[in-house]
Amino acid sequence: MATTAAPAPTLASRLRRWEGLPYWLVLPTLAFLVLFFAWPMAQAFELAFRDEGGWTLDHVRAMRNDLRFDEALGITLLLIVVIVPAQFVLALGMALLVNAKLRLRGFFLYVFMLPLAISDLAAGIVWSAIFTETGYLNTILQRLGVLEFPYIWLNPLEKHQILFAIVLAELWRSTVLIMIILVAGLQGIPRDYGEAAEVFGAGFFQRIRRVTLPMLKPALQVALLLRVILAFEVFATVIAIAGASTTVLSAEAWRWQEQTQNANVAAAYAALILVLSLVSAAFVLRLLRTPKEQLLR
Amino acid sequence: MLSRRSHLIFAALAAAVVTATAALGGATARADARPAAATTHEMVFFSNQLAQVAEAEAVRNILLRNFRAHRVDFVTASSDRVFEDRILAEAQTGSGRVDLIGGLHGNFVSLRERNVLTNLNDVARQLRSTKISPSFMNLGKLGTRNQLYIPWMQATYILVANKSVLPLLPRGADRNRLTYGQFLQWARNIRQRYGVGRVGFPASDNGLFHRFLQGYFVPSFTGRNVTRWSGPDAVNGWRYLKQLWQFVHPQSLTYGFMQDPLLNGEVLLAWDHVARLKTAVEQRPSDFVAMPAPKGPKGRAYMPVLAGLAIPRSAPRPAAGKALIRHLLSVRTQAQTLGAVGFYPVITARLSQRLGPGLLKQATAVTRTRNARDGLPSLLPIGLGGDGGNFNTVYRNTFRRIVLNNEDIATVLRDTRTQLQAIFDKNNARCWAPDPPSRGTCRVG
Amino acid sequence: MRAQAASLALHATAILLALWVLLPIYFIAVAAFSTPDAVYAYPKQLLPRDVSLETMRFFLGSEGVGESLVRSVLVAALTLLLALGIGTPAGYALARFAFRGSDAVRLTIVGTRAFPIVILSIPLAVMFLRWGIDDSVFGLALAHTALALPFAVLVTSSVFAGISVELEEAAMTLGCSRAGAIRRVALPLALPGLAAAAIFVFIISWNEVFAASILTLRNPTLPAQVLAALEQSPLPYRFAGGFFLLAPSLIVIFVIRRYLFNMWGRVVR
Repeated sequence: MATTAAPAPTLASRLRRWEGLPYWLVLPTLAFLVLFFAWPMAQAFELAFRDEGGWTLDHVRAMRNDLRFDEALGITLLLIVVIVPAQFVLALGMALLVNAKLRLRGFFLYVFMLPLAISDLAAGIVWSAIFTETGYLNTILQRLGVLEFPYIWLNPLEKHQILFAIVLAELWRSTVLIMIILVAGLQGIPRDYGEAAEVFGAGFFQRIRRVTLPMLKPALQVALLLRVILAFEVFATVIAIAGASTTVLSAEAWRWQEQTQNANVAAAYAALILVLSLVSAAFVLRLLRTPKEQLLR
Repeated sequence: MLSRRSHLIFAALAAAVVTATAALGGATARADARPAAATTHEMVFFSNQLAQVAEAEAVRNILLRNFRAHRVDFVTASSDRVFEDRILAEAQTGSGRVDLIGGLHGNFVSLRERNVLTNLNDVARQLRSTKISPSFMNLGKLGTRNQLYIPWMQATYILVANKSVLPLLPRGADRNRLTYGQFLQWARNIRQRYGVGRVGFPASDNGLFHRFLQGYFVPSFTGRNVTRWSGPDAVNGWRYLKQLWQFVHPQSLTYGFMQDPLLNGEVLLAWDHVARLKTAVEQRPSDFVAMPAPKGPKGRAYMPVLAGLAIPRSAPRPAAGKALIRHLLSVRTQAQTLGAVGFYPVITARLSQRLGPGLLKQATAVTRTRNARDGLPSLLPIGLGGDGGNFNTVYRNTFRRIVLNNEDIATVLRDTRTQLQAIFDKNNARCWAPDPPSRGTCRVG
Repeated sequence: MRAQAASLALHATAILLALWVLLPIYFIAVAAFSTPDAVYAYPKQLLPRDVSLETMRFFLGSEGVGESLVRSVLVAALTLLLALGIGTPAGYALARFAFRGSDAVRLTIVGTRAFPIVILSIPLAVMFLRWGIDDSVFGLALAHTALALPFAVLVTSSVFAGISVELEEAAMTLGCSRAGAIRRVALPLALPGLAAAAIFVFIISWNEVFAASILTLRNPTLPAQVLAALEQSPLPYRFAGGFFLLAPSLIVIFVIRRYLFNMWGRVVR
């Protein structure tokens, strides 16, 4: 079979003959998304940059001068910078744990996945009930004797406490998303690599860094991409826990829509969120560009 | 060849998916669409009031039970945004599903801006014998010549206190005739006793704190709505609020409905809308007392809340909507309203003793508020068009800057005066009570 | 000896993490089945004592709850079929080909999720009313598909990227067409991962609240129905609502956990 002069046809060469294939495969998805989002988004952009008198930057300026703009931008970025890495470490840990030979592995897997079943609204309700003065956290701490009387966690004068509560709630709620993607990725790593490394004396953490993480890159990229995009959007938990005491960009967008009923400035906030998300996403794509060997050229 | 065949397979697959989806979609659409109203007398009553679970059920089971003409689907909106968006979207397409809408005065103001309301002069004529309060009927005209909404029920805001703090009242204070000075002292005593501020205001996003500022706080200190916005009385008032805030529970910024913090004990003295305090007084009537709001140097300001009924332009069955309006305004249904949902009738009706002790306490507080000799009714914003939300935000921002961010009071008031004036100018809005009527656009003081 | 200590440490960590995950869910469940007084009491009851079905019963009895549950299932199932049907080919393409613009495509797909849906409410509602799919299971499924597609595409692409391309190439050298190679080699290997993607999509649709409340009026899904309870009602109802939303998801995940466990090569019980 392989004695002919011409090389055996690889997937690559066959595909090269049908160059349009990837575009065809992607087309339905793009068409669907464009159909659904293009017009509403265009309308929303119009709201952000148009006025009765034509194109204007007034709404953007109004957003920039808004009392809480700086706070919203700062807290959004702060939360992302804190939550995303923490989540990845946590998710990786959980994924590795599930991958290891544990008893009752199935049980742990099921339990770790449970936050998936909770909408962010319900998550906000329960975590707010945990941190409120008459809530579960104070109950437990008082029972354990750590506190003498209930402590006010959600105190606007101690903003770091509120942020801590938000971070904890978000970690709890959305880490599972990343964990699942990482676990799927981990399964793709042949065991022999890790075992070979062990034979050559690599310790546990060394194996993680040198073998697991590099091979996990495609999965990491996907997970990071998704998480970063979603992080800019999160606001149900923030509003449930913090109320009006602190704010993030998406919460301001929502407030300008709901409370102030100014759709224009709300759209301006939305446009800002979109831009920031895309920039971050592009950054992630570049940072975690999958090496050539793992793709077909 | 190979590629063409795969091409075809792909195209076939795509076609199959699309067809299957369409077929499935058609099937499910037919399955879940209810039959047209023409054949089964169904109509839709859409409201953003009474959306709490218990109240919504009460509407269905009590208020609508005796309405025999049509089967009513009472649908609640979870927020003002959802409520108005749906009405506006239906108006844009001209074909709607909603026959009757129930909302607050503020909602109708912004809906009128978008020209979505139809005129209800005939219904107003038919209801003349029920003697709805004329000032309410007037509000329902929204500044035009036509009746655009029919007043449906009313409410106001009161104070509710846990009985355990009654001994901490300052000496000589009558809790039904408090002054803000006494209120401050009371708050201070409570803080001293408990180590933590236990006065609460609904200052979160879906709380009605801006109504406190607009209808209670500012008018009580300045005697006016906006015409003395930045004067010395106002500075005085905001200085007072800064002091008071030291004795307010820090979590107030997270409270939307005060009944929960009252029931779990985080707050022992709260100000809020009667419907948002209702669960607390109903569940533990022996633990709570209800009182009118305090009085400031210039009077005991309070804000009546008005809910109304209107028929949108896109209503498919306006006649049914009008019939339902007449039903909800009938003497019998109005008498049932308070017991069912905690809102007060807009016609003069005698309150039944079967209301239960909690609601009766509230009702007494409301009557005291309305009949107080030093009472100063502050109306809801009129004529601000689509800027009602902006108006509220200016108040909230003023509060945030002065009380939370500690900025200089006079500077903030000057800044926000400009913002308020811009809103009035943009809408050519006149002054409203307790400001004296203006000739032309209101001048913010 | 060291292995035993390591294993103990691993198990301990796993148990701690499991507790962390379970505790809030446990709180919701306990509160949903407590008397209202117990819900408001302090200190909070950590062990269920004043059990009562009162709140849940009222909740379940309120109008339309059963129907909205059914609708939620229908919408989620439809979303699953559509999102995977449309998204899997795209995922395959992104995994296997480094074509020009693949990064841009990825960015676009993900970018649609980057726009807060709160702002899209009126245009979307108008669009739906015009097309006649407003307030319908099908219409909402379309909207949910649009929301879930980015997940579907990215997760399936990750799954396919994990399957060695040599396997398909081998199949093709043995005479398979590319479509055949995909069908016989790639898809079966990807199936567990695709199942996981399917579960994702189902859950996303199931939990989705905002679009559901904007795009439905008289035919709401469960979250849309429960939303008023979650946002405006007293605390006991909020817990009941939260639990009521949560319970079916817990069951769904439990029932299909096999597929998830299979996803990882070995059959895990």
